[in-house]
Amino acid sequence: MPDLLLELFSEEIPARMQAKAADDLRRMVTDKLVAEGLVYEGAKAFATPRRLALTVHGIPTRQPDLKTERRGPKIGAADAAVQGFLKATGLQSLDEAKIQRDPKGDFYIALIEKPGRDAIDVLAEILPVIIRTFPWPKSMRWGSRSGKPGSLSWVRPLHAITATFGPETEEPDVVKFSVDGIETGQTTYGHRFMAPAAISVRRFEDYEAKLKAAKVILDPQARKDIIFADAKELTFAQGFELVEDQVLLDEVSGLVEWPVVMMGSFEPEYLAIPEEVIRATIRNNQKCFVVRDSKTGKLTNKFVLTANIEAADGGKVIVSGNERVIRPRLSDAKFFYETDLKTKLEDRLPKFEQIVFHEKLGTQAARIKRIERLAAEIAPLVGADVAKAKRAAHLAKADLLTEVVGEFPEVQGLMGKYYALAQGENASVAAACEEHYKPQGPTDRVPTDPVSVAVALADKLDTLVGFWAIDEKPTGSKDPYALRRAALGVIRLIAENNLRLSLVKVAASALAGLSVKSADAEKLPSDLLAFFADRLKVQLREQGARHDLVDAVFALGGQDDLLMIVRRVEALGKFLESDDGKNLLAGTKRASNILSIEEKKDKRAFDGAPDATLYSLNEEKALAKAIGEVKTEASAAVAREDFAAAMSAMAKLRPPVDAFFDKVRVNDDDAKVRENRLKLLNEIRSATRAVADFSKIQD
Amino acid sequence: MDASLPAHMRPERSFQGFILALQRFWAEQGCVILQPYDMEMGAGTFHPATTLRALGPKPWNAAYVQPSRRPKDGRYGENPNRMQHYYQFQVIMKPSPPNLQELYLKSLAAIGIDSAVHDIRFVEDDWESPTLGAWGLGWECWCDGMEVSQFTYFQQVAGFECAPVAGELTYGLERLAMYVQGVDRVYDLNFNGREGAAKVTYGDVFLQAEREYSKHNFEVADTAMLFEQFKMAEAACRKYLEAGWKDGKREAHLMALPAYDQCIKASHVFNLLDARGVISVTERQSYILRVRELAKACGEAWIHTEAGGAA
Repeated sequence: MPDLLLELFSEEIPARMQAKAADDLRRMVTDKLVAEGLVYEGAKAFATPRRLALTVHGIPTRQPDLKTERRGPKIGAADAAVQGFLKATGLQSLDEAKIQRDPKGDFYIALIEKPGRDAIDVLAEILPVIIRTFPWPKSMRWGSRSGKPGSLSWVRPLHAITATFGPETEEPDVVKFSVDGIETGQTTYGHRFMAPAAISVRRFEDYEAKLKAAKVILDPQARKDIIFADAKELTFAQGFELVEDQVLLDEVSGLVEWPVVMMGSFEPEYLAIPEEVIRATIRNNQKCFVVRDSKTGKLTNKFVLTANIEAADGGKVIVSGNERVIRPRLSDAKFFYETDLKTKLEDRLPKFEQIVFHEKLGTQAARIKRIERLAAEIAPLVGADVAKAKRAAHLAKADLLTEVVGEFPEVQGLMGKYYALAQGENASVAAACEEHYKPQGPTDRVPTDPVSVAVALADKLDTLVGFWAIDEKPTGSKDPYALRRAALGVIRLIAENNLRLSLVKVAASALAGLSVKSADAEKLPSDLLAFFADRLKVQLREQGARHDLVDAVFALGGQDDLLMIVRRVEALGKFLESDDGKNLLAGTKRASNILSIEEKKDKRAFDGAPDATLYSLNEEKALAKAIGEVKTEASAAVAREDFAAAMSAMAKLRPPVDAFFDKVRVNDDDAKVRENRLKLLNEIRSATRAVADFSKIQD
Repeated sequence: MDASLPAHMRPERSFQGFILALQRFWAEQGCVILQPYDMEMGAGTFHPATTLRALGPKPWNAAYVQPSRRPKDGRYGENPNRMQHYYQFQVIMKPSPPNLQELYLKSLAAIGIDSAVHDIRFVEDDWESPTLGAWGLGWECWCDGMEVSQFTYFQQVAGFECAPVAGELTYGLERLAMYVQGVDRVYDLNFNGREGAAKVTYGDVFLQAEREYSKHNFEVADTAMLFEQFKMAEAACRKYLEAGWKDGKREAHLMALPAYDQCIKASHVFNLLDARGVISVTERQSYILRVRELAKACGEAWIHTEAGGAA
């Protein structure tokens, strides 16, 4: 079966957009093929800086014929209806229609056969539409056609379209169409500098091979492999080690069609700058890798660059050119670093009076004061020294005003730590300058130093409460202030450090520190708590754990100790994996279901203690006794915060519950006995509420 | 590169030879070679030959050097490559020709950058000028890891769609010349290509100015006067725009260019105030917005003039 080759040849496509564009192209073309009844065997898409390419193989030559039936008017219907039917179906006269017998009357039926079209014609129709509607994150117009309405938008000017279709054994045909004056053909171009001439291609195999001969590696993965392997080899040969960087590798591979890896060096004196700053300088500005000395593990004065050309002089000019660019960059960085060291962190703080954090939440200076107060309040709860926590909160944001952080925002916090250490701050205080931003996401490290923990919690809670107070909560996919991340950070800080604190109390205190008054001040802490519950669910779901249990625990009410909630959810999860747990859950649900039906029927609740004198069967008595024991035992265990023991206690309920449902008819003929048994069922429900609301648990 | 040039005119030896080589190259591509605009401005884009001419349907190809003033970038002549005054070389071609990238690469060859030994790359860089209400897509052009030019396809200027789109190239002349001449300090550039006693360096021409203007921009510039000048320029711009509508009807405009001069003026005065540090963070945004409003109104006036394409 025939294959499609499609190439869209353009000016340089931004590196960050290439992978998604290749994927979009594959998806859009194959989806459309399938929708047109053309089921293909396989497809693969590629991107280089100057082209998007797609191969789809095993496409049928023709669409299958389509037969459809269309029901028309009844026999003897008005002429207008008949004429409409004929017109809509393309029949010449009613003689061509079938008649369908039906109890409601006899109908005309038209059989419409739509012959399948040649796949190449279908392609000629769908491809231009895909090109015109391609979802680039940003696209542009160009050239003389851009003066007229309806001109093509593409990521950068599009120059040529190659589109061929045909079986392996034959010369393929060009899929003929044109977009914005660009006619499809089978001509592409090689490397911009090393092989710029036109190349005639037939199908994917010779396309890829001819490109390679013309110094273009089509497959981005192949380019990455080359860069990675060459960079490792080059550094290893000199006793060094490449500092691997996947994100940079992805980007660099999108900047070259023919990667040539080379190594340059800089003056060793720049190694006095913190390593992270050297790396940020070299990586962000120059897209080069840094190199470690394999013996010492420290950065060395080398860097690895990836050129897009095999230069005539072997690359000497390119290496020395890159060195000449990196030198002043590092010189700037060194100057910034040394300048920063001359000013104490606290001396920078007055400037925050002028910097607005958020128009409704005041200046950065005000925010820092709030964090200080809150950190001091949290400190005793997390085992941190109050004075140190206050000091750390006082200094933690100061590095935002340093030259280095101004230049490289990604080293915020880290520079704070270096500058704090340099001015002789306590090690915990310095560490908190960096760590109070953590954890930044679900996989980021959670700080353990109590001072860091106190400031990290204060920072995040101030943010959350502040934005809650001015009603800037995340909605849908919009979370401009990263409040979800902050909440998850709080959860992880608490859970992974085994911290005990009442979120409602801390949130209320944070709220009291705000100058802005929230309209719903009283509801705010509990609203926020519900948001934490949601984040906890999301986190558990992402970990593949049961997230419905969070609702089961929160439904108990009054739960604002995150650690206890997490522990309870964990114990509950384990319990529900056991047979006892599963059966008890089933029994409790059965009790709840019966209760809710009967409650509806009688329009009353069956609460209150059952009357022991009304028990007639052993199973009733046994259940009542077990409930009594389990309640006491479970409550005691919960009070000890031993949730595993509470669950073991719960397990004891299972045999009597099972036996009860086995032997006892709840809806007894005697109304009093029935009422009493329903009350007993209610007792099962209330006993299990010692650990969770079982009705919120999904089966 | 033109091999017949005398040594002192060669772009790799002489800053002025370098500029002349670029001018000659773009003249040969059909550009009109303009002289710098006679007002202070932050970038070559502010020149009406770019900002205003980018609007409207009429073809326009031009190239020129524009002295660019960035008061905040002054370093008292002590930084090897940061200055409050430097040269940009600006090319604008409307509509953008299909081979603009090739033309750009040929222009590099004309100033001595051989693409067989250098690593030349087009790296994503979207351009946006909040003060001009303008944006475009393009690249920063890299030579051996150094950004040597900006390449932009204008999509919008002064809040108006560009139809057709113009291609804009901006060369940072000093930086490129430093690379080609192989010097690390801008003041060491050979300006006139001569050697010995006849040699004039970039520092001979501009170092004193950098020192004086840095002092002026950061320490002394009269802020009371500048605040007043901003207001006056803003008011004048509005006044000329208002008076420019022919017969008072918003159909044809007769004074877009004089009005736009006042917009340029306001923008530069704002940059000076900013360098003096007397504009707070919140005020800053509102000043930028005020200049943008002027630029937009000037753009609107322009498209109602003859050169702007009004019938």
